Amino acid sequence: MSAVPAVQVHNLRKEFIRRDGGSRKRGRRRRVAALQGLSFTMQRGECLAILGQNGSGKSTLVRLLSTLLINDGGSAHVFGIDVFDKPRSVQRLVNRVSVEASFFKRMSPMENLSYSARFYGMGPRETRARIPEILALVGFPPERGHEPMEDLSRGMQQKIALARALLTAPVLLLLDEPTTGLDPRSKLEVQDFIRQMREHHDSTILLCTHDMAEAEALADRIGILHQGELLCLESADEIRQRYHADTLEQAFLNATGRSFEDEDEESRRGVPA
Amino acid sequence: MIRPEQGGALRRELIGFAGIVERNMYLIRRFAWWELAWFLYTVANTLTIVFIAKGIEAGGGHLDVNRTTIVLLIGAVIWSYLGLIFEIVTETVAWERWEGTIEYTFMAPISRASHLLGMGAFAVIYGVLRTALLFAVVAASLSVSFGNADFAAAGVVLLISSVSFIGIGMMTAVLPLISPEKGTQLGFIAQGLLLVVSGVYYPVTVLPDWMQWLSVISPATYTLEGCRNAILDGASVSQMWPDIWPLLVIGGIAVPLGLAVFRRGERYAKQHGRLKRSG
Repeated sequence: MSAVPAVQVHNLRKEFIRRDGGSRKRGRRRRVAALQGLSFTMQRGECLAILGQNGSGKSTLVRLLSTLLINDGGSAHVFGIDVFDKPRSVQRLVNRVSVEASFFKRMSPMENLSYSARFYGMGPRETRARIPEILALVGFPPERGHEPMEDLSRGMQQKIALARALLTAPVLLLLDEPTTGLDPRSKLEVQDFIRQMREHHDSTILLCTHDMAEAEALADRIGILHQGELLCLESADEIRQRYHADTLEQAFLNATGRSFEDEDEESRRGVPA
Repeated sequence: MIRPEQGGALRRELIGFAGIVERNMYLIRRFAWWELAWFLYTVANTLTIVFIAKGIEAGGGHLDVNRTTIVLLIGAVIWSYLGLIFEIVTETVAWERWEGTIEYTFMAPISRASHLLGMGAFAVIYGVLRTALLFAVVAASLSVSFGNADFAAAGVVLLISSVSFIGIGMMTAVLPLISPEKGTQLGFIAQGLLLVVSGVYYPVTVLPDWMQWLSVISPATYTLEGCRNAILDGASVSQMWPDIWPLLVIGGIAVPLGLAVFRRGERYAKQHGRLKRSG
């Protein structure tokens, strides 16, 4: 299995139909390319970061690999399994953490985690033993395990999101802006946890982020995604060299002609976030 | 003979199925006071309907008040039951979208059949208990006589008809995937249309011919007729075979059809990027 790439994406395309302004009857429909012929390979155990503005296609890539979208062309394989032909087999290998923690807010962390675990074939006996272990691993106080999710801070909720992903022992972990909106301390805790997952759980990690320092600190290689196209995919040093920049921010600006502070691509192109 | 890998897959599906039921029980417990408030509303709504019979008599009309009250009671209770089944099955998408968990649930390795049937199983368990309680509370508020009613037989008819209702519920559950804003309301429209052609408060013979034709393919027609036969006339399960076999046939068609419709809708949502929290 080690000879098979963890992720192999070839010429992957995804388009969305958007309606221009005006009434439903008069509004013109147009196809907007979210991903335009994306190709890359990830080896097992690798951490790859994708940098891009909102609407650059990062979330579309994560959702395609999560089997939540169907492609319009090209292919994607996870450990040699076709994502679009055999989605169920891929679903057993993949889990994700996104920018929003996304839980049943009235239910407790224990209830939410049990619910998620059932979908991956874990019965009550197994989860009773495993959930406290995982919560300890992510540094979640056990005495708060029965409080409603809505009473927990955003940082705490994101820890539960990480626990949910880890509970199913994914060999491919998709992280879609996992630290966006977190306070500095929570952000560092989440980043430490991502490192632990790589070191101790043999996970391959695809990290989509806005945060250049985070990308550089965690990833082996960094890709810049701009208007659905992958402009480069190499180490941070190689990117700086390629774009004649001292910092990754400057390299990003030189590569795309835009900074993160500029208007979101999303609003210009009509690609969903 | 089941091979070990098939046994493992079956076990995973059963655990996933039970997980759906378990999650809904957690939610009912967490929203217990809202459930109680909603139950009181349903009781009040049902009472406004069943008192119509006494109202007509008080206005000078001539009718068998006891029988008409029970006819209306059964209609109102079945309406409530059907509404609950549709609501819970439709929440397969609507509630998950609202909570933001929809992407996690739809990327999980569980078959859509186990997922939807899990929702249906919970809907039936909760619906039957709630309906029995509603019937008991409203009946206790009225001075009606049930004579030789066979409540067990009525319960059997209700359970058999639930299979058809789950199948139709699966078809309406897909609507919030296609239209996040209005899909759930369209489910209520389907419920209303189903009951209007099924003789919810009147015999289907009073309907125009084209509606009577539709009543033949509506499972609610046989549910209402079966329950009325059992409660008003004490009909046993074997005596209600003419009501039961159409329910079995419709259920046998509705569930696979509902699954096929839902899968089609899910594919559409995946193609158009609708399978996400914000719609």
